[in-house]
Amino acid sequence: MASTPTREVARRVFAREFNDASYTFKESDDDRAPVYVLLPTGQRANRVFLVGTLTETEDVGEDSEYWQGRVVDPNGDTFFMYAGQYQPDAASMLRELEPPAYVAVVGKPRTYETDEGEVNVSIRPESISEVDEATRDRWVVETAERTLDRVKRYKEADLEDPATDEYITMADEEYEQLSIENYRQSVVGALESLQDEQAEASAD
Amino acid sequence: MTESDLRTHATEIHEQFSDQLEIDVDDVVERLDTLVNDYQVPISEARRSVVNTYLDEAGMDRDQLGGGDGGGNEQVNVADVDAPEEWVDVRATVVELWDPRADAVAQVGLLGDETGTIKFTKWSKSDLPSLEEGKSYALRNVVTDEYQGRFSVKLNRTTTIEELDEAIEVGDDSVEAEGALVDIQSGSGLIKRCPEDDCTRVLQNGRCNEHGEVEGEFDLRIKGVLDDGEEVTEVIFDEDATEELTGITLEEAKEMAMDALDTTVVADEMRQKILGRYYRVQGPTFGRYLLADEQERLTGAVDADEILIKARSI
Repeated sequence: MASTPTREVARRVFAREFNDASYTFKESDDDRAPVYVLLPTGQRANRVFLVGTLTETEDVGEDSEYWQGRVVDPNGDTFFMYAGQYQPDAASMLRELEPPAYVAVVGKPRTYETDEGEVNVSIRPESISEVDEATRDRWVVETAERTLDRVKRYKEADLEDPATDEYITMADEEYEQLSIENYRQSVVGALESLQDEQAEASAD
Repeated sequence: MTESDLRTHATEIHEQFSDQLEIDVDDVVERLDTLVNDYQVPISEARRSVVNTYLDEAGMDRDQLGGGDGGGNEQVNVADVDAPEEWVDVRATVVELWDPRADAVAQVGLLGDETGTIKFTKWSKSDLPSLEEGKSYALRNVVTDEYQGRFSVKLNRTTTIEELDEAIEVGDDSVEAEGALVDIQSGSGLIKRCPEDDCTRVLQNGRCNEHGEVEGEFDLRIKGVLDDGEEVTEVIFDEDATEELTGITLEEAKEMAMDALDTTVVADEMRQKILGRYYRVQGPTFGRYLLADEQERLTGAVDADEILIKARSI
């Protein structure tokens, strides 16, 4: 197939679904093979792109700087990101930015298991940039559209059929306890909040 | 096909015969309708068939036809030529003339219209007027040909050549991509190129792969990645496009680099200005890259209503 590895697409996902994506896997045994998280709507993600409100930054490192950033989506759900010495550009952005600010983040999903056995999902940012509200709004609508496509595909899939997309089948097996309905609701919630904002803006 | 479409075709056929033959437009419509709607014949074939019927009735040759769009051929865009041995009409600009390699060939070169370019050949024995580079023509009755999967058109004895007053713009098979700019790759910003003739290689640490150590010439470039959540497109922005995108000119970039004693500050500054924003770009492809001819930042209001209705209904 392709001689050069193709770049991974940055998936669009709201924080609620992203934080539920606790199952990770590789497509090959190679040590350097990319790690994917499985989105509960049945798609693999090795990279995400998100735009939201940076609400808090904090250096949580002990010996060296290790910055945590919290970025909130229109539903009020939070993306967590961590950048240290190996992500110098992202770390310096988190050091310098004054919350609240709209930021665009490109990054890799990472998971870690807490002492209580819970799996937390976070982002290791490749880049963080400060953007305007129009960019945020465009991301919200785009992410709503992509999420809805996934929800629809998931709902229409016949799990008995061996030809069904493998990631939908995988999601069905790995996330038994999760309800797909939640993600449809985050689409509706995000768009409603966007409309409310736009209505307020035009009333001003 | 609708009655009004058929009537448009019928009127054109009627015009072609208007000098020689009294024919009734309604009659033409009826004949086309039978062929297209009852027998599912493509409209181009139907026109050809109807025209032939009238030619037979009048005892006329195809050459005697006047007016209209030629003898009932379909006018095609060059990008739509996808089968050999079809008689078509094209409206195109002569993009290039090449040196004919055989005496049998009078002229050979490249024709272009909005959709792209196609090779053409004009035979010596066809005795046609010369085509000039850069001029636009209506070429009626040319034949398509194919060689190893590439299509061309051949001008022949029956071809008519009419120079056009309007200039047909030539498209370059350009593609469009839209998405968020998610990455700016290395080799972007203020770069140096090899100054040797016909060498524009980007220098690595002051060295050209071909010419070794050279005094490079500064240039601006961005190698960026657009991502719409489904697909990624690698885009190269040249100096003009980079300036339009970032608002940084080559002169300003040189000053920035001089002040900082470091060229990488330029790419850093560019990242701040464009990373994470949405763009639409258009241009031809080169290898895996899209070369941006036109770019536009997407800032307009986005409409949530339609997706909201869909989201509520499933």
